[in-house]
Amino acid sequence: MTLTKRIIPCIDVDLDEDGNPAVYTGVHFEDLKYTGDPVEMAKAYNESGADEFVFLDITASADGRETMLDVVNRVADEVFIPLTVGGGIRTTEDIKETLRAGADKVSITTGALERPELINEGAKAFGSQCIVISVDAKRRYDEGGEHYVEVDGESCWFECTKKGGREGTGIDVLEWAAEAESRGAGELFVNSIDKDGTKDGYDLPLTEAVCDVVDTPVIASSGCGSPDDMYDVFTKAGADAGLAASIFHFDEYSIEETKAHLDERGVPVRR
Amino acid sequence: MSVVSKSPEETLASVVVVDYGLGNLRSVTRGLERAGADVEITDDPEAFAAADGVVLPGVGAFREGVENADPIREDLLEVVERGQPLFGICLGMQMLLTSSEEGETDGDAAVKGLDLVPGTNVRFSDGQKVPHMGWNELEVAREHPLVEGIDGEYAYFVHSYYAVPERDEAAVATTDYEREFPSIVANDEGTVFGTQFHPEKSGETGLQILRNFVEICAEER
Repeated sequence: MTLTKRIIPCIDVDLDEDGNPAVYTGVHFEDLKYTGDPVEMAKAYNESGADEFVFLDITASADGRETMLDVVNRVADEVFIPLTVGGGIRTTEDIKETLRAGADKVSITTGALERPELINEGAKAFGSQCIVISVDAKRRYDEGGEHYVEVDGESCWFECTKKGGREGTGIDVLEWAAEAESRGAGELFVNSIDKDGTKDGYDLPLTEAVCDVVDTPVIASSGCGSPDDMYDVFTKAGADAGLAASIFHFDEYSIEETKAHLDERGVPVRR
Repeated sequence: MSVVSKSPEETLASVVVVDYGLGNLRSVTRGLERAGADVEITDDPEAFAAADGVVLPGVGAFREGVENADPIREDLLEVVERGQPLFGICLGMQMLLTSSEEGETDGDAAVKGLDLVPGTNVRFSDGQKVPHMGWNELEVAREHPLVEGIDGEYAYFVHSYYAVPERDEAAVATTDYEREFPSIVANDEGTVFGTQFHPEKSGETGLQILRNFVEICAEER
């Protein structure tokens, strides 16, 4: 046997009307739907064979942050698998506080784009293994990129975006992925604004291009609509882990089913 | 598939988790508690002596680990001389060996491990992605109470270096990552052992290992 491909449910945590933590699943990072209590959800996923969890604080507020740390705390006491926590992390103090609450890794998006030294500082203080750099990539068909790939007969590049794709940065995802790795990122978390919420599959050209420029593990995210999409991202794009939210949250497929499907087709998974 | 087990009603053994300033001790503490241990997190050598067993955790680099643990080096060796179980996790396991490629191995600048399991730690260099991160399979190589009930199960790894013990018998379990390496090591007496993976992050399999450890400690009472 060998290292298995990881199946990771992603749990978006927001506050409900009463200020309690609640899980939401976004479509194109907008139109959020309520789906349940984060701690109960984590326990259920653990029992069905999740390999890790990603928790994202989508409130980006002080209250949200406080609630998030409490959720992480409670999940870490119940569930003994790795937890990655993201959302609003901008300083080494934020990293420290999140790890102390029980997270094993932090996922950083904007904080690292705005101040890349945060990666070096985080890796030095806490180890590369806990610094996950997340990118929200968007396909661009203009002249502004550095690396172009052919997608459906058209040449495009991938831009790092902020604010869920609403704001561009002009930074090429492939340049940034290589820089993040050289600064000490231990894993890359690749989201696609174009694919998010579509359920028509991961952005395979994007994932493959990132896998080609870095040696650190790549977690593919956005667009998973079925176990077959997971199969494609592992076998065609070379991802190390596949992240999904809505297909699991709405019980369209269980993690067990997904793993059985992959196992039958020769993809190594933990069962 | 993994099912979260409940903590036993009463504690079976007292365990010290050595706090030498490296890493998050929360998960390993919760895991040990779930496995039935009464846990104290400390760097006080007197507490080491009073406990039924000692856990040496750790994440990060070999040199930093050895340097941070230097003030309590002799105390850890005394734990072993007294015959108390000593359980190294991840970097804590690597520190049970003699040296590592990650720190100088020769001369005045040599970074010395505890030398309780003779051997060195070397970096993966067979073209694999490094670090080795994720779930991989444990193949039990020989009998040891720590590995009761875990043959063929999966554990969660995050590491770039792996142990190369001088004696093959030191490998209690092995794992395959483009090459076979020892994922659990132990000394000849069986009282010093370590896992390269994180039992506290390895779901029910990890908890089983922690329960096995607590039972080993309980027998030492």
